[in-house]
Amino acid sequence: MSQINHFSNHRLINWFKLSSPSTFYPVAGKLIPFFWVLTFLFGAVGLWVSFFVAPVDAVQGQGYRIIFIHVPASWMSMFIYLVMAAWAGLGLVFNTRLSAMMAQALAPIGAWMAFLSLWTGAFWGKPMWGTWWVWDARLTSELILLFLYLGFIALRASIDDPRRADKASAILALVGVVNVPIIYFSVKWWNTLHQGASVSLTKSPAMAQTMLWGMLLMALCFWMYTIAVTLMRVRAIILEREAHADWVRQSIEVKS
Amino acid sequence: MWNSPSEFFAMGGYALYVWSSFGICALVLILEPLFVRARFRAVIRRLKQQQLAEQFDKEISK
Repeated sequence: MSQINHFSNHRLINWFKLSSPSTFYPVAGKLIPFFWVLTFLFGAVGLWVSFFVAPVDAVQGQGYRIIFIHVPASWMSMFIYLVMAAWAGLGLVFNTRLSAMMAQALAPIGAWMAFLSLWTGAFWGKPMWGTWWVWDARLTSELILLFLYLGFIALRASIDDPRRADKASAILALVGVVNVPIIYFSVKWWNTLHQGASVSLTKSPAMAQTMLWGMLLMALCFWMYTIAVTLMRVRAIILEREAHADWVRQSIEVKS
Repeated sequence: MWNSPSEFFAMGGYALYVWSSFGICALVLILEPLFVRARFRAVIRRLKQQQLAEQFDKEISK
């Protein structure tokens, strides 16, 4: 027994402590610069590979280079939604304030990623398919994802009591999760204009190694960017919602 | 791969599509953290003003 206590007391980070806004706030502040450095690092190398290392595509010429932002933005739009719904669900089950704040902080960046995915997709579709937009399964389900993000944000904004807004928006987020597998598998389930998955877990990717590396580096850049921006936003949200707490009044940034 | 800068910017005839995609992407990703920072600073400013107002209240009622 004493051994177990000994072990638990000497753990590097106590994760449960971090679930309180007052302890998370300074930790998030310290982490932000670290994620910005990673964003720029991956971004610089990723862009260099995308434009100067990856060879020209046999079919699509130089136009295919849109893939280096289109795929990472699409991946992130789906991934952020899952993370957002998970935080919202945790907040619903455990009634923790910080989880709901995390979900609230993730929604805008997720919406932007969905928008970028659709925008870059349109500018890729025009030269390759001859159209900016088709009501195809992949495109339509991604558009619904954007509307789910916007609905989440709008629902929150329409409820004055933040704790009630947490609960209502969490339910919306959880119901919307069903859309994510629909987007992901849409190219398999329906006959669509959109091409199949470029990268799959089960078989080797159907693209040049350097193209794959460029895409993965850009995806890492977007990932780190998302974490950095989300931590920045969650700090603002914490201050807004905990404005009357003593720790906020005594924090260095607020004290004049 | 690219023999001249102009060839690079021409993107093999896909300049409009490639640069509109990358341009809007860069614009959004740069503006987003600036807006978040502005929001953060606005909260800090408001909280500071609140504290100042409370201090005045205390001093007046003394």
